[in-house]
Amino acid sequence: MTLLQAWIPLLPTLVLTAGALALILAEAFRRPGPTRGMVWGALGIALVGLGVVGGLLALLPGEGPGEGFSGMVRWDRPAGGLSLVLLIGTALAVLLSRRYLVDQGLDRGEYYVFLLLAAAGMTLMAVAQDLLVVFLALEGLSIPLYVLAGFARPRAASEEAALKYFLLGAFASAFLVFGIALIFAGSGTTQLSALAGRLRALEAGGRLLVGMGSALVLVALGFKVAAVPFHLWTPDVYEGAPTPVTAFMAAATKTAGMAALIRVFLIGLGPAAEVWHGPVAAMAAATMVVGNVVALLQPNFKRMMAYSSIAHAGYLLLGLLGAPGLALPGVLFYLLAYTFATMGAFAVAVGMAGSEGEDPSLEAYAGVARRAPGMGTAMLLFMLSLIGVPPTAGFFAKLLLFAAAWQGGWAGLVILGGITTVLSAYFYLRVVVAMWMGRAERERTPVRDPWLRLSVVLSGLATLVLGILWVMMGGLSV
Amino acid sequence: MTVPLLTAMLGLPLAGALGILAIPRDRVGAIRWTALGTSMAVLGLALAVLVGFDPQRPGLQFVERWVWAPAIGASYIVGVDGISLWLVLLTALIFPLALGASWTIAERVKEYMALMLLLEAGVLGVFLAHDLLLFYIFWEFTLVPMTLLIGIWGGPRRVYAAVKFFLYTMAGSIFMLMGIIALWLLSRSLTGTGTFDLDRMARHGSPLLSPEAQRWLFVAFGLAFAVKVPMWPFHSWLPDAHVEAPTAGSVILAALLLKMGAYGFLRFNFSLFPAAARALALPVAVLAVVAILYGALAAYAQEDFKRLVAFSSVSHMGFVMLGLAALNPLGVQAALLQMVNHGLSTGGLFLLVGMLYERTHTRDFRALGGLWKVMPLYGGILMVVGFSSMGLPGLNGFVGEFLILLGSFGAAALGPAARWLTAAAAFGVVLAAVYILTMLMRVLHGPLPPRWQGLPDLGGRELAIMAPLLALILFIGLYPMPFFAAMDASVRQALAALSGAALSTR
Repeated sequence: MTLLQAWIPLLPTLVLTAGALALILAEAFRRPGPTRGMVWGALGIALVGLGVVGGLLALLPGEGPGEGFSGMVRWDRPAGGLSLVLLIGTALAVLLSRRYLVDQGLDRGEYYVFLLLAAAGMTLMAVAQDLLVVFLALEGLSIPLYVLAGFARPRAASEEAALKYFLLGAFASAFLVFGIALIFAGSGTTQLSALAGRLRALEAGGRLLVGMGSALVLVALGFKVAAVPFHLWTPDVYEGAPTPVTAFMAAATKTAGMAALIRVFLIGLGPAAEVWHGPVAAMAAATMVVGNVVALLQPNFKRMMAYSSIAHAGYLLLGLLGAPGLALPGVLFYLLAYTFATMGAFAVAVGMAGSEGEDPSLEAYAGVARRAPGMGTAMLLFMLSLIGVPPTAGFFAKLLLFAAAWQGGWAGLVILGGITTVLSAYFYLRVVVAMWMGRAERERTPVRDPWLRLSVVLSGLATLVLGILWVMMGGLSV
Repeated sequence: MTVPLLTAMLGLPLAGALGILAIPRDRVGAIRWTALGTSMAVLGLALAVLVGFDPQRPGLQFVERWVWAPAIGASYIVGVDGISLWLVLLTALIFPLALGASWTIAERVKEYMALMLLLEAGVLGVFLAHDLLLFYIFWEFTLVPMTLLIGIWGGPRRVYAAVKFFLYTMAGSIFMLMGIIALWLLSRSLTGTGTFDLDRMARHGSPLLSPEAQRWLFVAFGLAFAVKVPMWPFHSWLPDAHVEAPTAGSVILAALLLKMGAYGFLRFNFSLFPAAARALALPVAVLAVVAILYGALAAYAQEDFKRLVAFSSVSHMGFVMLGLAALNPLGVQAALLQMVNHGLSTGGLFLLVGMLYERTHTRDFRALGGLWKVMPLYGGILMVVGFSSMGLPGLNGFVGEFLILLGSFGAAALGPAARWLTAAAAFGVVLAAVYILTMLMRVLHGPLPPRWQGLPDLGGRELAIMAPLLALILFIGLYPMPFFAAMDASVRQALAALSGAALSTR
């Protein structure tokens, strides 16, 4: 029984990996042609993953079975919550990809394989309880993403994005390895549950090594969540990558990066808050300010969403500083609300691409709501949620997050978060203004695609009712 | 088990909006009548509330309470008392009129009518909610439909005005959100789960706040409300938003959305931070008097009919704030009545501006004049509503402004400055006469430009819209007692809680 239990934390990862391998075999042997079957396959696998996570959460209330593989991985409530968000992001990414790939002539089956492999790495991150697993998971999710970023291969911007992402990603990985090495040298362990305990017994030299090591780990994870000052790759990569990949990166990769930060800092080094609270606070402040201010200047939807994703990394970092009981639920729900709003917004953007080619400038959105009021309403909801206007999920997420950070003693940062929220309203509104109030010579009509429409409708409904539902169901007891 | 009247009032417009979404786009008539019918039904419910309201009882009536989020202590608490009763009725009255005035909207009628009904639900929610989180949700929720109404159906600079309106309000509101978070964390440290219940917070939470914390929170909440009122110097969104908005939008902005700010001061700042309210009454009163004089002078300087009415709003809301800052029953009750008065008279003026603009397509005084000759009905109505706005005895504006001045003159909370402030504010009444009479002269008198020879006078629909306003303007002017009677008990209770030290109430 214990042997079986050890595998439980890995179940979602295993489902996704096995599914991806099955799909790649199918891709190798199937007849050339449209990839409809692959989409169904990928969607099915993501849904099975969701079912597994949901089942685990329902069947194993409380702390669950705990650890596996001598404490390398651990299944607990945060792991369940994070896996849920990650798989929702993955399923939505599958839904909104197909039409774009077909329209842009990229309809190749391996796309879905890489998507699932990246998701497998991400779910591994959610259960990681050892720095080595964190590293494995980070590589596991990054390498498929490098490929996906360059998936629009003949397009120069896409290749540039892939190369940039790869070089900086490799750089970040090096930081991570070096940081892990220093932590191991200082404390003699890479296991996160043991680390905090060891820290207290260390003398000055060991503490210094661990401090330096965790600083390097913070740098590496800062790259992944796109926190200032490690965000410079984000706008170029987001702009160059195929739009569905951008959506997946903005939502799921951010969640995976936050999962790493939660695992390493909030849970692992949680008892040693004094080691990391200062730098994370500085990063949060810089990220909120830079992300929102620079987003004001972007004339292009994808670049604007890139800076928006940077800004939200800032709010999430702020959440990490929250009081113990409130921080985790706050961050988790923020990730969920952010995933729906971001995936939804990109789904509308994908719908705008159409077969006539992609025009990510904001002018291309002018007057679209006149032709497609449903899409316009959905985009309005997503933008309101990203600003944090009630009754959308984004509002409740920000409320919980701000309350957590305020309780943690960071009232000044919360006020900064409030002020930058007002700034952010301006650039999110520009999309709404363009769609609802703009006029264009030739208004574009979004493509009519059932998959795309489903992803928009699901994200829209979730954005509208999820906040209220979450608080009603006592979402604080994560 | 009684009928949940207030929830029905909130739910009806939402249901109506959903119903409109189900109607095909080209069936414009059905969409319009659904919207109007829904708002009339809401008015019916509001009248039922009025009939069932017991004026002798202070405190909330028709209360509905439901803890919807036990984990954070958020509840659905709605109710009316003497403070919100007239504002709820005003809301229920103004919306059918505004919808009637929207019959001329021809573009994207479906979206327009759905947004109007959403807005009605939001405004009603603001006046009914007695839970901080619920209130904030409604408060911010009103922002979205209003912004879209201005931005899609507004005038030439509508996008600028809409975005400015959104950002100003949001900038104010975010500080209120911070304040709500701080209060919630305080209640959490007391109860374990925390609460957003306004009455519990006022009774058990506020006394624990230090005077300094009260002042900070008063300012945080006050900023949100001050932008909405708008108090000088936070008013600069108002002329743009009012002028660019479609007629119904301007009416709702002036008649209802501005009231949300003044109502917020009375409902939240006074009950949650009584010590700070006493300490800061004087600065609020000074800003109010500045707004009275500045708004009146600015109104006089306008060449645009709608801008004149917009700036007159700044001046009139200054009177309301002065009455509230007096912190005595006379001043506060008069301020509450003046809110209703301003809703009727300024709402009426915006309607009249809109009716004129639909005929002439200009609002520039230099192009108007002599219209009484061709539009005698319009002229007569404009004169009555203008006189009401000016504060002519016998009409509603006089009752409100005169009693506000009486209240602020004897306000102990304002100390020795009370008389000087009142004197300065009284001068604002004179200025109001100057700009209103000038307006009447430039629109109605003088030579009639030849191109306005054939202008038709008001039609049946327009007269039907103006008739209830005129009736109420006269009724309140001649017999305001029922209005005061209903608010008296609640206002006295609110002020009793506020006066830790005995305040003069002469």
